[in-house]
Amino acid sequence: MDELLKVSSNPHIRSKLSTDKIMLCVIIALLPATIFGTINFGLYGLVVVLTSVVSCVVTELLFELILKKDITVNDLSAVVTGLLLGLNMPPKAPIYLPIIGGIFAILVVKMVFGGLGQNFMNPALGARCFLIISFPAAMTNFVCDAYSGATPLALIKSGESVDLYNMIIGRTSGTIGETSMVAIVCGAIFLILLGIIDLRIPGTYIVTFALFIGLFGGHGFDTYYISTQLAGGGLMLGAFFMATDYVTRPVTRAGQYVFGAILGILTGIFRVFGASAEGVSYAIIIANLLVPLIEKITYPRAFGRGGEHL
Amino acid sequence: MAKHSFRGGIHPNDGKNLSKKKPIVDVLPGKELVFPLSQHIGAPAVAVVAKGDVVLRGQLIAQAGGFVSAPIYSSVSGVVKTIEPRRVVTGDLVNSIVITNDEQYNEVTYEEVDDVTLLTKEQIIEKIQVAGIVGMGGAGFPTHVKLSPKEPDKIDYCIANCAECEPYLTSDYRRMVEEPEKLVEGLKIILSLFDNAKGILAVEDNKPDCIATLKKLTKDEPRILVKALKTKYPQGSERQLIFATTKRAINCEQLPADAGCVVNNVDTIVAIYNAVKHGRPLMQRIVTVTGDCIRRPQNFRVFTGMMYSELIEQAGGFKVQPEKIVSGGPMMGFGLIDLEVPTTKTASALLCISKDEVSRAKPKACINCGLCAEVCPGRVVPKMLADYAERGDEESFKKKNGMECCECGCCSYVCPAKRNLTQSIKSMRKIILSKKKR
Repeated sequence: MDELLKVSSNPHIRSKLSTDKIMLCVIIALLPATIFGTINFGLYGLVVVLTSVVSCVVTELLFELILKKDITVNDLSAVVTGLLLGLNMPPKAPIYLPIIGGIFAILVVKMVFGGLGQNFMNPALGARCFLIISFPAAMTNFVCDAYSGATPLALIKSGESVDLYNMIIGRTSGTIGETSMVAIVCGAIFLILLGIIDLRIPGTYIVTFALFIGLFGGHGFDTYYISTQLAGGGLMLGAFFMATDYVTRPVTRAGQYVFGAILGILTGIFRVFGASAEGVSYAIIIANLLVPLIEKITYPRAFGRGGEHL
Repeated sequence: MAKHSFRGGIHPNDGKNLSKKKPIVDVLPGKELVFPLSQHIGAPAVAVVAKGDVVLRGQLIAQAGGFVSAPIYSSVSGVVKTIEPRRVVTGDLVNSIVITNDEQYNEVTYEEVDDVTLLTKEQIIEKIQVAGIVGMGGAGFPTHVKLSPKEPDKIDYCIANCAECEPYLTSDYRRMVEEPEKLVEGLKIILSLFDNAKGILAVEDNKPDCIATLKKLTKDEPRILVKALKTKYPQGSERQLIFATTKRAINCEQLPADAGCVVNNVDTIVAIYNAVKHGRPLMQRIVTVTGDCIRRPQNFRVFTGMMYSELIEQAGGFKVQPEKIVSGGPMMGFGLIDLEVPTTKTASALLCISKDEVSRAKPKACINCGLCAEVCPGRVVPKMLADYAERGDEESFKKKNGMECCECGCCSYVCPAKRNLTQSIKSMRKIILSKKKR
């Protein structure tokens, strides 16, 4: 033999799955919501989303170039963050919002804590909450060409009636990517079929939230009312795409059910008792902070030590 | 009916098509054979020959160094050339007896037994111990120790591990196709040691032909069952296999006997049959030589002590330059530095790969996807354990069940960030185990 052999510890084979492939699948899964947002709100909506993506990627790239770190933008995680942040913007957001949001998400929430895998909070949601507090008027102005302003959830809160069919299709006002339950669920099914996400967190989240609304929402277990609460606001986008963010959800199986239940309860509290009609973003970032604790108490029992075996 | 299985595990490309249709071929060794004195778990064997001694095939050349140890026999006739440290598959230097082959293959006479049912339990165990039989699946635990639990009456199941869950390996498969009677007879010998036990032939369902043959052969054996296992790695891992077949789960501190089980793999059971029935010591085994670099992938009946390089020649050499050569399967085998190492009692395969996926994949940051925890048969969270290991945090490592890891490699295999999780965890386990011993 002419060349030296490679030697390494077992195993000697690796699966084909990689970080960038997972991220690419998430991007593909978000396309239906992005496309629907563009159709629903016009091209400017797409501009906002793309600006957010560019802002995130450029921030990460510059941070790594300036600090002479390994370049990680090709893992596509910054694109996912940018996409999620963009989809959480109002359709007529002034262009500085996605730019500032992208910088905050990547720089403050992600990179200073050590980059991918080290952030304790979902970067897109961290940035969204930062923007809502800093620019409340611009972030909650949902007036656009197609719709007069108030989101379905706000209408429900003030006691007016809404059209459930339009809410499920997504023909309502709201942030660019959150309105269409159909588009979001299509993307989510794609990810579930590929095994990239599973129903543990979204399922527990949605069921717990529905129960909470039934018990404390003031309308009892009224199917129409609960359905509007489920289809409205950021619940679907949050449950399938942001609560399932690997980095900021518990890694333990049991912990994921606990996490989903906490999300359902927090979202319920915020929507029923809070000042705003919304609550998903805050629920997720608060639950993100509880993850280390959840993982600690739900660490699995090992094989042969009373753990589940099948 | 639900297939017998466990939770977790992976489905890698099994690569068995390369060699599964190739009948076992006998090969003769070259001029020089090397017998490492430590090719089992436990005390190294002690050489009973000296430089210049003439030995016969089947002659004892090293005796067991204690109860948990095994004797070693020469597989050829010839002259002891030297006793010196030689490189083995793990990369370690191990004191070895080197024998020059005279190519006459003059054998000692073996003590045949006409009716094994007339032997006492003590006689059977003694024959197994004298024959130097160790677990041939890879671990190399002396078989007579396994077969001497404190309370033999409490053994409920004698399991024949016919899973062969490692990708590429077909040696056990060929055994089951070509010599299934020996396997069944061997299992019957083991059963004669345990009055209350049932025998289980546990076969993965990717070998339906073996399941059918074994069922046919055992249809008049009320004590032997054939169980089809779901095809999944690591179905043949001892603890997972016991669970899959009996629903009993043991942890890392327990022995199979604690769950009333004794587990042996196919080649070991055939060796038991040969030892008890024909009085033949362990000096041959089946080795699969395979991989995309090998011109003619084959299953060889190999004389232990033969060099790996000779096996490659017998398989037609390389058709492409290998980047990595593994002794054993791709999941748990050892990466070789070079081919001038001897085959031992535990050598199940030689796998030559043209593209090493490990060195090509650059480890990246963990994204906490949890796949490692999903596939872990030990039900731990490998990514956390690897973090503790890399930080040198022994306490947390132990607290989070790090010692329950069986080093099966599933976590490293699935990791999308290509982290070498198994390696980190394995290193920490070694550190903790070595401290325990002291």
